[in-house]
Amino acid sequence: MQISKEIVSHTGHLARLHLSDDELELYSSQLNKILEYIEKLKKIDITNIAPTFNVLNLKNVLRVDTVRPSLTSEEALKNAPDKQDNFFVVPKVY
Amino acid sequence: MDLTRLTAFQLRDLISSGKITAKETTKAYLDKITVTDKNINAYVFIDPEKTLKKATELDKKGNLNLKLAGLPIAIKDNICVKDEPTTCSSNILSGFKPPYDATVIELLEKNGAILLGKTNMDEFAFGSSCETSCYGVTKNPYDATRVPGGSSGGSAAAVGSEEALWALGSDTGGSIRQPASLCNVVGLKPTYGRVSRYGLIAFASSLDQIGPLTRDVKDAALLLEVLSGFDPKDSTSSEETVPEFSKKLTHEIKGIKIGVPEEYFSEGIDSKIKERIEFILGQLKKEGAKVERMNLPHTEYAISCYYIIAPSEASSNLARYDGVQYGLRVADNQLLKNVKNPMIRMYLATRSAGFGAEAKRRMLLGTYSLSSGYYEAYYLRAAKVRTLIKNDFQEAFKKYDCIISPTTPAAAFRIGEKTDPLQMYLSDIFTIPANLAGIPAISVSAGTTQNNLPIGIQIMADFFQEQKMLNTAYLIEKLQK
Amino acid sequence: MNKFEPVIGLEIHIHLSTESKIFCSCSTKFGNSPNSLTCPICLGLPGVLPVLNKKAFHYAIKSSLALNCQVSESITFDRKNYYYPDLPKNYQISQYGTPVGRNGFLKIKNRSSNPVKINRVHMEEDAGKLIHDQNGKISFVDLNRTGIPLIEIVTEPDIYSPDEAYDFLQELKITILYLEIADCNMEEGSLRCDANISLRKAGDKKLGTKIELKNMNTFKGIRQALEYEIQRQTILLEEGEKVTHQTRLWDPLKQKTTSMRSKEDIHDYRYFPDPDLLTYEISNKMRNKFKDELPELPMAKRERFKKDYFLSEYDADLLVRDKFIASYFEETLKFHINPKAVCNFLTSDMVGVAHEKKIKLSNIKLTPKNCGKILNLVKEGLISIKTAKELLFDLLNYDIDPEKYIEEKNLKQMNETSEIKNVIETACKENSQAVTDYKNGKNSALKFLVGQVMRLTKGTANPAMVNKLLNEKLNKEEGK
Repeated sequence: MQISKEIVSHTGHLARLHLSDDELELYSSQLNKILEYIEKLKKIDITNIAPTFNVLNLKNVLRVDTVRPSLTSEEALKNAPDKQDNFFVVPKVY
Repeated sequence: MDLTRLTAFQLRDLISSGKITAKETTKAYLDKITVTDKNINAYVFIDPEKTLKKATELDKKGNLNLKLAGLPIAIKDNICVKDEPTTCSSNILSGFKPPYDATVIELLEKNGAILLGKTNMDEFAFGSSCETSCYGVTKNPYDATRVPGGSSGGSAAAVGSEEALWALGSDTGGSIRQPASLCNVVGLKPTYGRVSRYGLIAFASSLDQIGPLTRDVKDAALLLEVLSGFDPKDSTSSEETVPEFSKKLTHEIKGIKIGVPEEYFSEGIDSKIKERIEFILGQLKKEGAKVERMNLPHTEYAISCYYIIAPSEASSNLARYDGVQYGLRVADNQLLKNVKNPMIRMYLATRSAGFGAEAKRRMLLGTYSLSSGYYEAYYLRAAKVRTLIKNDFQEAFKKYDCIISPTTPAAAFRIGEKTDPLQMYLSDIFTIPANLAGIPAISVSAGTTQNNLPIGIQIMADFFQEQKMLNTAYLIEKLQK
Repeated sequence: MNKFEPVIGLEIHIHLSTESKIFCSCSTKFGNSPNSLTCPICLGLPGVLPVLNKKAFHYAIKSSLALNCQVSESITFDRKNYYYPDLPKNYQISQYGTPVGRNGFLKIKNRSSNPVKINRVHMEEDAGKLIHDQNGKISFVDLNRTGIPLIEIVTEPDIYSPDEAYDFLQELKITILYLEIADCNMEEGSLRCDANISLRKAGDKKLGTKIELKNMNTFKGIRQALEYEIQRQTILLEEGEKVTHQTRLWDPLKQKTTSMRSKEDIHDYRYFPDPDLLTYEISNKMRNKFKDELPELPMAKRERFKKDYFLSEYDADLLVRDKFIASYFEETLKFHINPKAVCNFLTSDMVGVAHEKKIKLSNIKLTPKNCGKILNLVKEGLISIKTAKELLFDLLNYDIDPEKYIEEKNLKQMNETSEIKNVIETACKENSQAVTDYKNGKNSALKFLVGQVMRLTKGTANPAMVNKLLNEKLNKEEGK
């Protein structure tokens, strides 16, 4: 067991996923199996190997600082589950 | 004449010469969908009225000499179409209609294509079977008890069942090629950076590419040349020039060097698949290709590497689905009584209700790989191993023009057969390396198994060498007829 | 002597004054109606991608150079992952591993040989704004600010008093303003500052427990919050209690800090390189170009002004505080020889008049040449300093030659004895009562009569001469 239910639960909270006891049980065992398989990466010598975060070798992709029209606030809010006076509305934030 | 049996090139000739109209073509497909899709479930959204209207407008006012004039196309549900439902087959995006078009959609419409509808997929492209869709599984056109593959299963099944002339898919670890192989169609993943990702709902940003699923190689070449090219809206889009792939297609491959990696023919691969690939390699030799066994030594690490990198990026990409601006919102649920902060309760309730099990699993895996104390051991290490896998290919392509392998280790499996996530992940073993390396790859039909299930052969090429790959695929296709 | 020594570090966020946002083409304008300056990209809608604003990139390099940082040869962006409703993607595109600038410093008042160390300067996108409904159960989200380019400047814990923190912020603000890359307006939130403060026993090397302070909206507020914290923590420590690590909010009305409601969140930002943005190289050539283009910075200018123009620290500071005034000062000196006179005229009179007339200093039309001429007229005794100030009021908005103007308006100082004597005669005749009063010993009557002479000459009479001649006349008459 590499990853405890506590860690899975904590990870769930970081990802804003609430896990029921059953889910916690299931995901813990599945994640452990996957992580066990992934363990094989530890066999490889990666000394002096640079990481690849993206395969492209492009440099300095930039855009010119010009303004283009924005969406209207109606368009911006069109998909909103809750809105009021051109604002998105959410439960009270502390 | 059954219009739905023709290729894009054949239809295009008929439309541009005025023998048939865009409306007739579109109608033929809509009718086919009405009849067939009850059994296949390839589409998640269609709007026949609107689609026909567009086709009629094109007939009246449009330019019928455009590259794709009047040709209907199906779109995977993770590509944004303005004011049309775009949900990634996930409840969390239910009702979402983007206020903008993906760059590929702009390109299709600019070239006269007619959008037929949105196709089913694994939720957020997490899967190889279409079983994780919130709309239910899509059926394999060759055996309704089997999966179409995934994640672009809806697109592959639509093309395979002739409910679509062709379709767009996206490929992060094989999501175009694997279902193409299982549904007996052509599926192409371009070089990373070849096709703009702007408007493709991200799964794993460093791996995702949009690509075509088509009836034949020539159609794939045509669609690729329309989709490709630099996009100022995508910082990871290449300025590499785009050849007219379809015009340059040739069956002549004499002297071409083909590498066949030993690692892709290991145990666990279906013997009929092995046999068919060997047979095709023999055919290629006869046509003048030099075929050599070779090694890609880090292949065995590809799945591990991928299942850290892809979920890590996904965990961050999917954080935005929180019920604030769009999509599903669930304010609360009974289990969250102990959570005092109402905003956090909403996050938890929304995301727990909106995502399916596989999405949750991958977000957990990705979040874990990036979290404090594990980043070096998992994410960073995987990024370094990725370099080794990429280097394997770079070395190989100094010697070979193409690398050929099976697309999948097995043909379509039964719906519900693979319950263990890891077993599902392992089925991507031959397609994942191309995504990690960023190179282009195509799957074309390699015949069938004993049960008459389609199998595919994969051709990979070096960065931006899609033409070489297409030519080889073009010949293979001809040799199978 | 204080038993405890405060150690302070500052984190400053500054909006870069680009036209468009850092990763999209929406305007960065302040004060628009809610959610009207947004697009799919800054809203973080599914499928969108960022493309870096070139000007923001360049501004970040400039600021790093001005703060004496080592500029990275190549930079990347990282995602900082956390959930908050003002952050549409629930990650912020920031820089973690490769900030634009590292290991810099800024000289401040009284610490020119021991400048404040700067840990890093990096680029990031701003978040939106939340408005809390105090009574109800909801909050409102406005995403106009989302995606405005920021630089974050992080100092080392290398500041040792609230005054030093204040001086650092002043100097930093002026330095950034000199670069013309930001407007540093705290009211509009285009400059924001958080502080870390810990106390340790005087002489200790090890740092005490750190408190994070937020919600200070002015530099004075920062100083007050730090002063309050020092008091609060000193009392705790003297009573043998422990300071617990926490974030505290400054309440400017109550003039105290209060502990923020403990978050249910455990911070683990899971930084990783943003795969949507690749590498940005900063070549030597580029770095050198920007370095050459840097203006003379306030600290250097202040030193030069003191040395070259024999100005006091106070005067040099007044001039340098505003880049426009500083350069106007030097331009004016080409036409008028006395630096102190120019300095006074600009820093007290011109700034005052501009303020009164609500003219932005940089929009002043009066040229340094004409300004110099005004001062020359004063020096030559052709106008009084009072007239000079009036000229400033009349001419600030115009490019008009003051010499011609005073001719036309008859503002030249009356220096001829005979002319003044004539006016004095008139004034005395018209005000014979005052003359009598004076002769009867009422000294204030003299002042009144001087005023009358000035009135009759519309203020152009040389006041010293008026005084002298009037005195002579009245006393002579008396002696008769």
